[in-house]
Amino acid sequence: MTTKFTPDHEYIRVEGSTGIVGITPYAQEQLGDIVFVELPAVGKALKKGDEAAVVESVKAASEIYAPVTGTIVEVNSLLTNEPGLVNTDSEGAGWMFKIAISDASELDTLLDADGYAELTL
Amino acid sequence: MSMNTQGRPTGVGTVGTGASGSALIPDEPLLFEIGDTEHSGVDLPDVTFNSDRLGGFGRKTKLDLAGLTEPEAMRHYVRLSRMNHSIDSGMYPLGSCTMKHNPRLNEKMARLPGFSDIHPLQPVSTVQGALEMMNQLSHWLMTLTNTAAVALSPKAGAHGELLGMMAIKAAQEAKGEAHRTVVLVPESAHGTNPATAAFLGYTVKPVPAKDDGTVDVEAVKAALSPDVAAIMLTNPNTCGLFEPQVIEIAKAVHDAGAFFYCDGANFNAIMGVVRPGDLGIDAMHINLHKTFSTPHGGGGPGAGPVVLSEALAPFAPVPFVRKGTNGLELVEHIEDAALGRVTAFHGQMGMYVRALTYMLSHGGDGLAQAAQDAVLNANYIKARLEHIFSVPFPDYPTMHEALFDDSFLKETGVSTLDFAKALIDEGFHPMTMYFPLVVHGAMLIEPTESESKQTLDRFCDVMAELANDAIAGNKDRFTSAPTKAPRRRLDETRAARQPVLKWEKPADLPQTAE
Repeated sequence: MTTKFTPDHEYIRVEGSTGIVGITPYAQEQLGDIVFVELPAVGKALKKGDEAAVVESVKAASEIYAPVTGTIVEVNSLLTNEPGLVNTDSEGAGWMFKIAISDASELDTLLDADGYAELTL
Repeated sequence: MSMNTQGRPTGVGTVGTGASGSALIPDEPLLFEIGDTEHSGVDLPDVTFNSDRLGGFGRKTKLDLAGLTEPEAMRHYVRLSRMNHSIDSGMYPLGSCTMKHNPRLNEKMARLPGFSDIHPLQPVSTVQGALEMMNQLSHWLMTLTNTAAVALSPKAGAHGELLGMMAIKAAQEAKGEAHRTVVLVPESAHGTNPATAAFLGYTVKPVPAKDDGTVDVEAVKAALSPDVAAIMLTNPNTCGLFEPQVIEIAKAVHDAGAFFYCDGANFNAIMGVVRPGDLGIDAMHINLHKTFSTPHGGGGPGAGPVVLSEALAPFAPVPFVRKGTNGLELVEHIEDAALGRVTAFHGQMGMYVRALTYMLSHGGDGLAQAAQDAVLNANYIKARLEHIFSVPFPDYPTMHEALFDDSFLKETGVSTLDFAKALIDEGFHPMTMYFPLVVHGAMLIEPTESESKQTLDRFCDVMAELANDAIAGNKDRFTSAPTKAPRRRLDETRAARQPVLKWEKPADLPQTAE
């Protein structure tokens, strides 16, 4: 199981051919209290970099982009009523959607944990 | 004190002594909590109907409005107004909002019966004065911007912006270029710009800002393609900077077959000094309620006329005023018009009168001086505070607003939000916070030309004192603020996650303990 990161502060945790996507603890801290999460429809096909979800915090609304090309297979519907999960546990219970990865080689273009840590110094 | 389930105090004239309110500013109940739905504040004679002519659609349930007397209703609103901070009670340096003083002469003129007591459906021969006023206002707006047409009717800046972009869309379609589906929006543009483009079905392509806070003409050229319909630029931009390459940007945009929309929200910085038409803009909205005084900021109505270049003039919406054989006439219908009518009637007549009064009482040279004074005031604030506050873009003098970032608050545990709340305790409305997004923890301060040097000095003294206090480690003063306002710090998160949008009768609720 590997986790990769985008420069836009999404993480993708790879489990087999599926990736679990959310925003990093750094991103949730920058955004402040999240008050609304808009999730994609299951079955939606997305290209790498397409807008997949929207998070709204007390400070700003931000788009969440698909870190890889693929199809949405599941969304975290708990976030509809409890958007604060993104703040309390962004990498665990605050995940946003699962995507069936079309092309695993796209993962190689993303940052690893060290590369991402360097970015947010 | 008893509370309803929403946590609001119930009962008349409840004086708060705890978390909110003070002895002099009691918590104000809702109208429904002052009056009740069983009584009426006025006596009306019973009316007998033979037929209500409502075709069976007459209300069958009780209306359940609170019954209040006129003094009760009046006092409620006056008490509420005393909790409010307005430009009439103190400095209101909200960036990009141009909270300038509304001269009382504006109000006197707007109340002249020839403007205030007329009806939009009156015969035009009886409202020639009002049409002449609209005509003169149009003339001033086109002259100040050097443009070919103006649509007065948009009700707000975003409305004018939408119409300007609709005119651009119609012009592209008329040229057979409907395949242009992309709109370029620099990062330093106003937030409404991408929203407007997206609303019209365009794909928004951001243009990155340079390190000095301005838009790079090379980045615009790189982003231009045969798919691009327009660029939406804010000038001066939201970093308070005049775009030095705006003419080159306009030329590149036109050479690529696209149009140039300019957001006019910051027109106060250049009014009477720079004519946007000379820079190559094709469309720009003008917030009468910012640039040309008039009451605003949660108070008065807005008005957002949009000016159009020669190329876009044929796509202007109706109505507009023109000279006819029997005096002025109002053109309300054009065969095969691209846009047609965009408001029910002719727009915000009262705003037109106020804006034209402001223009005529200043004159062309006076407007230019107002713009120059606004820029001077912003630069004065920047010069007085830049040794403590951090200036993200020091390369250029600022225009009408001074921008600071939050790096001076690093390691203090005080956020931009806390800092802004502390300013409330000092009697000032906070500046714009966290905008523009290109700057971390942004504080955007727009003093306008209305403030005297004494007021600016007091503001700067307070800002400096607060900054020094934050750096000295007096964190509590900030995190607990405001302590002197009618309300303590609001729970914005809970307000957004669990908004209470409906009043419930306390009688219908389980009784709460006193």
